Amino acid sequence: MKSMPFRITGRTLAVAAPYVWLLIFFLAPFAIVLKLSFAEPLIAQPPYSAVFEWAGGLLPNFTGSLDNYQFLLTDDLYINAYLNSIKIAMVSTILCLLIGYPMAYGIARAPGAWRNALLMLVILPFWTSFLIRVYAWIGILKNNGILNNVLLGLGIIDEPLQLLHNNFSVYIGIVYSYLPFMILPLYANLARMDDSLLESAADLGCRPWQAFTRVTLPLSIPGIIAGSMLVFIPVVGEFVIPELLGGPDTLMIGKVLWNEFFQNRDWPVASSVAIAMLVLLVIPIVIFQHFQNKDSESNP
Amino acid sequence: MNAVESVTGSSSDGSPYVRIENVTKRFGEFVAVDNVSLDIERKEFFALLGASGCGKSTLLRMLAGLEKPTEGRILIDGQDMTNVPPYERPVNMMFQSYALFPHMSVEDNIAFGLKQDRMPVAEINKRVEEMLELVQLGQFGKRKPHQLSGGQRQRVALARSLAKHPKLLLLDEPLAALDKKLREQTQFELMNIQDETGITFIVVTHDQEEAMVLSTRIAVMNQGVIQQIGSPNEVYEYPSSRYVADFLGSVNLFEGEVASINQGIEIRLPQADLHLVANNRDNVTIGQNVAVAIRPEKISVSIDKPNELTNQCQGKVDEIAYQGSLSVYQVKLADGRMVKVSSPNQVRTAKRTIDWDDSVWLSWDTDACVVLID
Repeated sequence: MKSMPFRITGRTLAVAAPYVWLLIFFLAPFAIVLKLSFAEPLIAQPPYSAVFEWAGGLLPNFTGSLDNYQFLLTDDLYINAYLNSIKIAMVSTILCLLIGYPMAYGIARAPGAWRNALLMLVILPFWTSFLIRVYAWIGILKNNGILNNVLLGLGIIDEPLQLLHNNFSVYIGIVYSYLPFMILPLYANLARMDDSLLESAADLGCRPWQAFTRVTLPLSIPGIIAGSMLVFIPVVGEFVIPELLGGPDTLMIGKVLWNEFFQNRDWPVASSVAIAMLVLLVIPIVIFQHFQNKDSESNP
Repeated sequence: MNAVESVTGSSSDGSPYVRIENVTKRFGEFVAVDNVSLDIERKEFFALLGASGCGKSTLLRMLAGLEKPTEGRILIDGQDMTNVPPYERPVNMMFQSYALFPHMSVEDNIAFGLKQDRMPVAEINKRVEEMLELVQLGQFGKRKPHQLSGGQRQRVALARSLAKHPKLLLLDEPLAALDKKLREQTQFELMNIQDETGITFIVVTHDQEEAMVLSTRIAVMNQGVIQQIGSPNEVYEYPSSRYVADFLGSVNLFEGEVASINQGIEIRLPQADLHLVANNRDNVTIGQNVAVAIRPEKISVSIDKPNELTNQCQGKVDEIAYQGSLSVYQVKLADGRMVKVSSPNQVRTAKRTIDWDDSVWLSWDTDACVVLID
């Protein structure tokens, strides 16, 4: 029997290209970090011990250990950082949802000509560097910043409020930065909704707010989940905002990770922190995918 | 059915059940419904018939409360409903798109309005079961709308709109999305359901056949105005205007001038030396420009010259369309005018007696001519 010869066609290339991309830029770094997380720190170049040792056999010997992961569990710092990150991500997600839902609803219900202009306003901040926008918040929130000066000028307060470098400013920065990621999927979901469903709800006896809770809200759950995941997942690992706007008590795993790598120079522990975070995030992603599949089943 | 007794009591003061009083609806400059007045009786199956954009759906939506009249009043069972929001009207609507809630099962869709009214659960369950039985969907209660066929969805929509036992059921193009066979079958089901429940039905349709089969009365609408109201028979056989005559079924229209009025009205057509004689009617004077409408099926076609003296002419067969149950002939008269004639194919013959390019005689009764002055 002749085996099928493997031929490189345009089609194979097109299909292979994204896989090759993922292999090189995602899977390979992941493998390196995973390997690192089993190593021990050394004062050397590179600053970690070997995980595989060549003993002359067919396969190298595994000489790494799970010590780093054990260390993560023994030191409160990491567990607290994880928990705090998740707490901040959850609160931010809820805030984004509370602010973003009415906005998405308003845009979806706006007359056609307005709709694109309003959507444009949501997307517009992306045209400025993320970092610059976060710095702008420092200018607004600092002690002699815009907000305090306005409040002082109006005589509402007598001395500047401490708005910056605490959890409040972190929430402001996160909600501000991630709000579009909540609004856009929600808008996509709400704009798609058939007006006659609301009319039919009204016809069957629903006041407008009842029609909202019985029809609009349940039908927008896929949008709520998509938006929440798009906010929650990156916020858990957020580093820039807590670093710039947060205070000394703002403990987030992204910041801990940074410190391990660049302050402590403990690459293996930093890697295990990264791996643990990834595992932590995979769970909500899997839930998200599960709901997405369910959604595409019920709306073929 | 005892379940619907609440809606079959009689009107308190003998006034019509639904009264539309000088209702006008404008969207900006556009007048969708123009000063329409209309009375609909209890238990009627009333059809609003017209081409798309004639204002029929807007009128229906105003009855449902989904649109507010710019001017005029709407009364249902003696009560002014003009400013009552849709959720407080004793009216339910079956939407053209069905508008079934995709996240709810068939049962939950039907129970939607009942739950909204806080009906006890046991009663809701009983009512839902009744409704499922009424539309013959007994075993489909647990399915979601996307798991149903188009015809089944249509029935769920009907069951849902009937579940609250409305005083008035509005149906917006209820059969438009169904294929021909299913549509015919569903027409009869609709009529049976209306009969069983005794609810007043108002149906909007652009399909004249559907309107004629379903309804007890038809209002033909054009450009926001009601052209004619009457039983299917009246609007078909005695159209009041050129528009109605042309819109309902097919018709041959002859424009001419009234020559004399004796036993009948004699109409002279300008170019042709053709004289038409119609039965007498009011409001016609000599010299007036009128149109004569003759239905294709009222004309007989023959090879030999018929015996009648009036209402006959000669022509040549230009086209024959065989439609199974009947054949439609396009006959070209001497002046180039085309006349449409249909005749039933009563005998199954391989050989046609009348063929293309045959010279034929057309004849009809004076009764077949309808004189139109509008």
